[in-house]
Amino acid sequence: MITPRHASAGRDSTKAIGRRVFIGILGLGAMGVAIGGRVQSLLGSAVGSGLGGVLPFGDRFRIYSITGTFPSISRAAFRLEVSGLVERPRTYTIDELEAMPATSLTKTFQCVTGWKVPDVEWRGVQLSHLLHEVGVRPDAVALTFESYDKADTESLTIDQAHLSDVIVAYRMLGGPITTEHGGPVRLYVAQMFGYKSLKWLSAIRVVDHVEPGYWEQNGYPVNGWLDGSTGPVNPHPELT
Amino acid sequence: MDAREVSTTPSTASMLRFDRVERAAHWTIALLFIVLILTAIPLLFGSFFGLVLPRFRVERIHLWAGLALPLPLVVSLVGPWGRRLRNDFKRFNYWRRDEVRWLRSLGDTALRAEKFNPGQKLNAIFVGASILLMLATGSMLQWFGLFSISEREGATFVHDSLALVIVVVIVGHIYMALTHPGSLRSMITGTVSRQWASNHAPTWLEELDERSNR
Repeated sequence: MITPRHASAGRDSTKAIGRRVFIGILGLGAMGVAIGGRVQSLLGSAVGSGLGGVLPFGDRFRIYSITGTFPSISRAAFRLEVSGLVERPRTYTIDELEAMPATSLTKTFQCVTGWKVPDVEWRGVQLSHLLHEVGVRPDAVALTFESYDKADTESLTIDQAHLSDVIVAYRMLGGPITTEHGGPVRLYVAQMFGYKSLKWLSAIRVVDHVEPGYWEQNGYPVNGWLDGSTGPVNPHPELT
Repeated sequence: MDAREVSTTPSTASMLRFDRVERAAHWTIALLFIVLILTAIPLLFGSFFGLVLPRFRVERIHLWAGLALPLPLVVSLVGPWGRRLRNDFKRFNYWRRDEVRWLRSLGDTALRAEKFNPGQKLNAIFVGASILLMLATGSMLQWFGLFSISEREGATFVHDSLALVIVVVIVGHIYMALTHPGSLRSMITGTVSRQWASNHAPTWLEELDERSNR
């Protein structure tokens, strides 16, 4: 047993301070987990959006890409193909999407891993409107969404897809959706975690069973319902 | 402690400060920290690069390096080979009054340091506690299904802000090592000179001399 000692002091002058500091740091960490969400929101509004992207705290988007690149799609080249179990398969240009009745939503964007960005404004066309135009056949069960990145896929059941706050979005925060945020056109599923809102939307296939998407194949819940306090709980028991 | 710690020829004597187990643990942890920091950068700041690495693969590397982070310490501590490391842990724990005073004054008061000065002790305690906290909060983010949204947000907050503090501490640690070549050398070769010990760790030197003279 080593008891470090001082030249002029006895061994009883040492105190087990290290252990207390160690436990103190752990306690601070536990406190941070308990109140960190609120602290983060405060800091986020305090530092503003400018610094929010630099500092590792504050409410800001964390940009994910599966492939390591962001697909670059010009407005002119963009096409959204809707096919599968539909009466009238067709492709849409952005102009055509914008000509349809628009829906605006302002919601907190919530990532399943625990970051969120409050008050994000989206504008687009309700997915149910597109589905109505192409005519979903009675044997359809689900939708599979494909991305221009050729890697990400997503799924929604036909019922989920008809929720009024599921939109094919072409504007975000008052401007066109940037490439890093999944522009020019992405899916936005307001009542589910961010991974369900597929970026760089290129195609919607109407299919006869739920095909779990990329993140779901990697362990995320297929039904990514948000629930503010108790984790993913389905607020629509009739839609499973 | 035995006489191996003090050489028989005092003028050119070299004294063991870190044995192989301690050095292996230190450098394995250092390597893992480098991997963790390098993989954390694109995970946190991906948008700044315009081009990010395949996220899922980077995440995997970060996850496995993070899970491995406590292992060097655990493996080094559990066996009979960990005697010196365990003794050093006791040194981190016990603080004399003048050491606390020295740290409070940011190194301004007189101090006859033992094997580790208070700054080094605090660094070791901070890194140890940080490893545990990062492991805990990182696990919460990986296995998020077990936790509420507010707990996940708290874990994200702690994981991210502690990461920033850790990077600052590591940069300081590397700066101190580069400006104190004797200390750095002891983490590479294991030994320090008697001269180094009398300058930087006089109480430790007395302690060892006393033991070998017994």
